[in-house]
Amino acid sequence: MSAPEHAPGGAPWATAALALGDDALILSHRLAEWAGNAPVLEEEVALANLALDLLGQARALLSLVGDEDALAFTRGPEAFTHVRLVELPRGDFAHTVVRQLCVATWQELLYERLATGASPLAPIAAAALPETAYHRDHAVTWTLRLGDGTAESHARTRAAAEALWPYTGELFDPVEGLDEVDLGALERRWRARVSDVLTRATVPVPGGARLPGSGRAGEHTPHLAALLDEMQSLHRAHPAASW
Amino acid sequence: MEPGRERFERTIAADERIEPRDWMPDAYRATLVRQIAQHAHSEIIGMQPEGSWITRAPSLRRKAILIAKVQDEAGHGLYLYGAAETLGVDRDELLDKLHSGRHKYSSIFNYPTPTWADVGAIGWLVDGAAITNQVPLCRCSYGPYARAMVRICKEESFHQRQGYELLLTLSRGTPEQHAMAQDAVDRWWWPSLMMFGPPDDASPRSARSMAWKIKRHSNDELRQRFVDICVDQAAALGLTLPDPDLRWNEERGHWDFGAIDWDEFHAVLRGEGPCNEERLTRRRRAHDEGAWVREAAAAYADKRAGVGAAA
Ligand SMILES: [Fe+2]
Ligand SMILES: [Fe+2]
Repeated sequence: MSAPEHAPGGAPWATAALALGDDALILSHRLAEWAGNAPVLEEEVALANLALDLLGQARALLSLVGDEDALAFTRGPEAFTHVRLVELPRGDFAHTVVRQLCVATWQELLYERLATGASPLAPIAAAALPETAYHRDHAVTWTLRLGDGTAESHARTRAAAEALWPYTGELFDPVEGLDEVDLGALERRWRARVSDVLTRATVPVPGGARLPGSGRAGEHTPHLAALLDEMQSLHRAHPAASW
Repeated sequence: MEPGRERFERTIAADERIEPRDWMPDAYRATLVRQIAQHAHSEIIGMQPEGSWITRAPSLRRKAILIAKVQDEAGHGLYLYGAAETLGVDRDELLDKLHSGRHKYSSIFNYPTPTWADVGAIGWLVDGAAITNQVPLCRCSYGPYARAMVRICKEESFHQRQGYELLLTLSRGTPEQHAMAQDAVDRWWWPSLMMFGPPDDASPRSARSMAWKIKRHSNDELRQRFVDICVDQAAALGLTLPDPDLRWNEERGHWDFGAIDWDEFHAVLRGEGPCNEERLTRRRRAHDEGAWVREAAAAYADKRAGVGAAA
């Protein structure tokens, strides 16, 4: 995969830090969009927790690469290397839950592996592991409730799984700096875990091929440009300012 | 006097706490339900004006602080609905009353937040006024409310300091940032003074609440306390307060301030505030759109409990 222009030369782990940092940053943003819109007050608190944990991870990872705010607020869409799955609009609560299930399960497996490595990502991955376990737990609980709740919640969960599934393949694209990780094995374990939860939730595991292209190569949906327009608007309007 | 009432009076007189299972006058219960519910509603409606800036926060540090603040307000709503439930009402019923307009929330949240500096002004002035109002409630005679207020006040004081620090950064920033901060303070100052409620001579229920030790200080006393605190802080911020009549009164040992426009206060209270409709519509929409989620959770719980499995 070609290195994006903002990745610093030299250390290969920097490309990985940027990719994983962007995953966390953009997913955190989508989760934070739930503020004031959650289906129940307890979920206002829970979704904000997820958003805050991911934002913390993003800041730690991006700071390995450069200035966190310059990276977040001054890059164009093509310079972001997160998977497209995280930039898709938050959708209904079923979309959010299924996306969390996919991403948290993946992050937990990946961080477990990275935490034992020797790169500067290791301490960040180790610190994030308990958070990621909580995120996975939250997603599993809700996948079961929604999948095996009412006819409507079941239909919505199934539709969300089918819509999001083609985007999940990117989670296992090779990234420079993640060479220590056996991505094939990671994908098999991920698939087993996610399939198990969906099955317990009475939701059929979607089949079908992945979409062409990859967010890891800076290829994105139009949703990212819209997200960044909003996220970067104030920062860009005052180029000389500090906040 | 019947024994329940006598114990109630003694508990109040001794400055001790009334607990959920204790006998209490119906009017005491009703006053608390109304006040705690209105307070809870204000916490959750209060998530909106600032929450709208989360997606545009200009630095990642500020974004984290703002998400955490809005999350705290949701938590405050949870504590307070919980405190109200100890009086024999339930959250759904209270939310219904909010959504149908039968219950009020603090009218301060019906003002718009057009700029980033509003996040700072709300933290400094609105959370600041809330603290001034709420610190005495930590000694309120009703135990569950008093205990909820202890936790809430701790977090509100964080919010107040963060708002102050945000405004200070803007005030010392570029000329545009400074102007943004001043403009926000100009807009939020008078509404924040109105948060203390009508003047004492026009506050019908105050005396009884004071006798029951639900309320400890009069509206005007608290308002004066707040003005005295803010004058010095505004100077330290390098910002002015939009009141030409602000003057130190040596004799009183307090700052004199100008007359409040109570017509505006009552108009906003009647639901004529600039964002009244928007806030309620958004709240109702979130609630309605979440109905299927709550139903699913209930249906799933029923299945697990082995009842209603056929539903
Ligand atoms: Fe609060
Ligand atoms: Fe607050």
